[in-house]
Amino acid sequence: MTTLPVQDATVEVEPRTISRKATGADRVFVHSIRAVGATVLVITGGVGLFLGWQAWPTLTHYGLSFFTEASWQPEADILGIRAVLTGTVMVALVAMAIAFPLALLTALYISEYAPAFLRSTLVSLVDLMAAVPSIIWGLWGYFLIMPYAAEFAVWLDRNLGWVPLFDVHNADPDAALIDAAISNYSFSMFCAGIAVAMMVLPMSCAVMRQVFSQTPPGEKEAALALGATKWGMIRAVVLPFGRGGIIGGTMLGLGRALGETIAVLLILSPSFESKWRILEIGGNTVSALIAGRFGDASKSQLSALLAAGFVLFLITLVVNTIAAMIVNRSRSGAGTDA
Amino acid sequence: MTTALAPDTEAAGTTFLPRYDDDAPPPVPRASLGRLPADEKFLRIGSIASALGLAWLITQRLLPLPGLPWFLVVAFLALLLVGAVTSGMTGGLVEVRDRAAATVITAGATVVGAVVLSAVVFVVVKGVEPLLHLNFYVDDMAGVGPKDPFDKGGIAHAVLGSLIQIGIAIAITLPLGIGTAVFMSEVGGRFSRVVRTVVEAMTALPSIVAGLFIYSVFIVALGLPRSGLAAALAIGVMMLPIIARAADVVLRVVPGGLREASLALGASRWRTVWYVVLPTARPGLATACILGIARGIGETSPVLLTSGNAQFFVVDPTDGVMNSLPLFIYSTVRSGEPNAIARAFAAATVLLAVVLALFVLARLIARPKRTKARRGRSRPAVDFVHSDPLVEMGPVAPAIDTTYTSHRIDQETS
Repeated sequence: MTTLPVQDATVEVEPRTISRKATGADRVFVHSIRAVGATVLVITGGVGLFLGWQAWPTLTHYGLSFFTEASWQPEADILGIRAVLTGTVMVALVAMAIAFPLALLTALYISEYAPAFLRSTLVSLVDLMAAVPSIIWGLWGYFLIMPYAAEFAVWLDRNLGWVPLFDVHNADPDAALIDAAISNYSFSMFCAGIAVAMMVLPMSCAVMRQVFSQTPPGEKEAALALGATKWGMIRAVVLPFGRGGIIGGTMLGLGRALGETIAVLLILSPSFESKWRILEIGGNTVSALIAGRFGDASKSQLSALLAAGFVLFLITLVVNTIAAMIVNRSRSGAGTDA
Repeated sequence: MTTALAPDTEAAGTTFLPRYDDDAPPPVPRASLGRLPADEKFLRIGSIASALGLAWLITQRLLPLPGLPWFLVVAFLALLLVGAVTSGMTGGLVEVRDRAAATVITAGATVVGAVVLSAVVFVVVKGVEPLLHLNFYVDDMAGVGPKDPFDKGGIAHAVLGSLIQIGIAIAITLPLGIGTAVFMSEVGGRFSRVVRTVVEAMTALPSIVAGLFIYSVFIVALGLPRSGLAAALAIGVMMLPIIARAADVVLRVVPGGLREASLALGASRWRTVWYVVLPTARPGLATACILGIARGIGETSPVLLTSGNAQFFVVDPTDGVMNSLPLFIYSTVRSGEPNAIARAFAAATVLLAVVLALFVLARLIARPKRTKARRGRSRPAVDFVHSDPLVEMGPVAPAIDTTYTSHRIDQETS
């Protein structure tokens, strides 16, 4: 038999206080993990602040001419980043012009066309490609691709030389001894762009593939059931659904292409000239400038290099942030009730 | 069906097996809707064959277009043309477009595959000669000139330097990175949002700028010599936001229900993190870390600025110049001597092998366990690699919160 406890009417019942405050070991945990977070904030934020702080004297000293001056002559107190910024943008654009279509096609192939047994292997292959160190792509571009790229550049100049982009000064594409002139077509921003393209391709491709694979299967099947061909289905469902991923993935690749150093340093022959002629020998990028000039830099030159690095960081940051916003805002990954 | 064939029904509710008719024609095989029919298959193979033939005819006999690249370009165009003609014979413009799109997409993927293959094969073939000498793996380059034959000198000092540097970088970044990720995803609050914003912003930091930061702080401002420690710090500065962000993405994919169940059973918060969240996310965390490490070990530019280039064994990371694999490759290939270049390619093969080994390790660890997957309970939590490849890429967009969507779609498709 159960006996109920006798309620003592004289004792006042107090409601239990509810608190979200951590007690005991939890308190230690929360505080220590917060300390870790604060440390990382100080380290990473410190890098950004340090760059800005170091860049400030240079930016105030040279003013706007830091962005409009092309040459880099610290001895004569003339320096600016117009040439290297142009070079950075051009190399990145060449890289994206090559990487974007290839990444899109590969992503489409993996998500729509590849046979099922091959799919996971291909995904691994693309991920592996992303893990290949940039120095390897630099070697590949320098020793394997550059001779062909130079020949292609001669062909482009011969046939499309009237386009300012493909023009090459000081070289005659129709010369009888083209082998002697071909060095004018090597070590160019175009050659560097090819190597950089292979570095950013897997990253863009992975983002695109990820978004494509999240396309609601119901909508895909609906398109096929309505009589669409495979390409019709891709154009009507997969591509519109993945638009955010396509744009975002491309911009993430662009962000990485802007900061790429070692392949550019290996391939591009440095020159300080603000130019758009991508097939011509010579050019420079911000990161290659830093890698090439840090060794013999005095204190003020180092500040100038840090300022250049800071500008590069800001550009990359803007590109990455826009990419993140596009990926997040688009319908991609939102899913529907299939 | 089962009862209709039985004429002498005895009682209702009895099941009779159907009687098979021996004289009936054999059953028609079911058409496979996914596979190509024979004539279509013939068309595909025939198109490729005729495109190759046309390309040979045009490049070798009709037009002066020598070389393999031209042959491939012409073959691709011919394939497009033949595909358009053959699909146009049976269908309309829609079919032609479909055929062309399939050709272009397959060709694009083939190009990418050929690029990866060519890079790997090229590096291995160019570096095969030094690789065949045992001393390449155990010696250093002290007193060995760029012209010396391959039976002298090796890259053991560079491998050792790489291992020491990446070891220090891991010892710094792994606890900090994962700790920050736990802080961002488990503790939360306004402060954690600030940390997350800054960490995400810093993933945009180009690696050369990370190197320049360490160079100007440690070597110029503090006057310390170039050393392995400085290089490790530069790699660490580069890796820290990458690992923190990747780990954060992984931890956010852990289903909230698991956390709530643990808390509801009376576990404290740190026990929830230690016994529920981290074990659930372990494969994903391992993948994120290993791929971050692969990134760090292959990065040349921060090392170029900070470590110096020793030709001999250096064990003490604070003891001045120390070489590492990527730096060795870069500086050796710059010398321009054929033997030195072959050595650089051999070192690149070793680096590639190291990265590949790390990559395979990551894949093995991240592979979801069969028994768990069958139960379907923790599938979205375990299958991180496929739920979010963004994790592996390093500086990427903030996580898309698609856990449940992707989970549902995964289940539907598989």
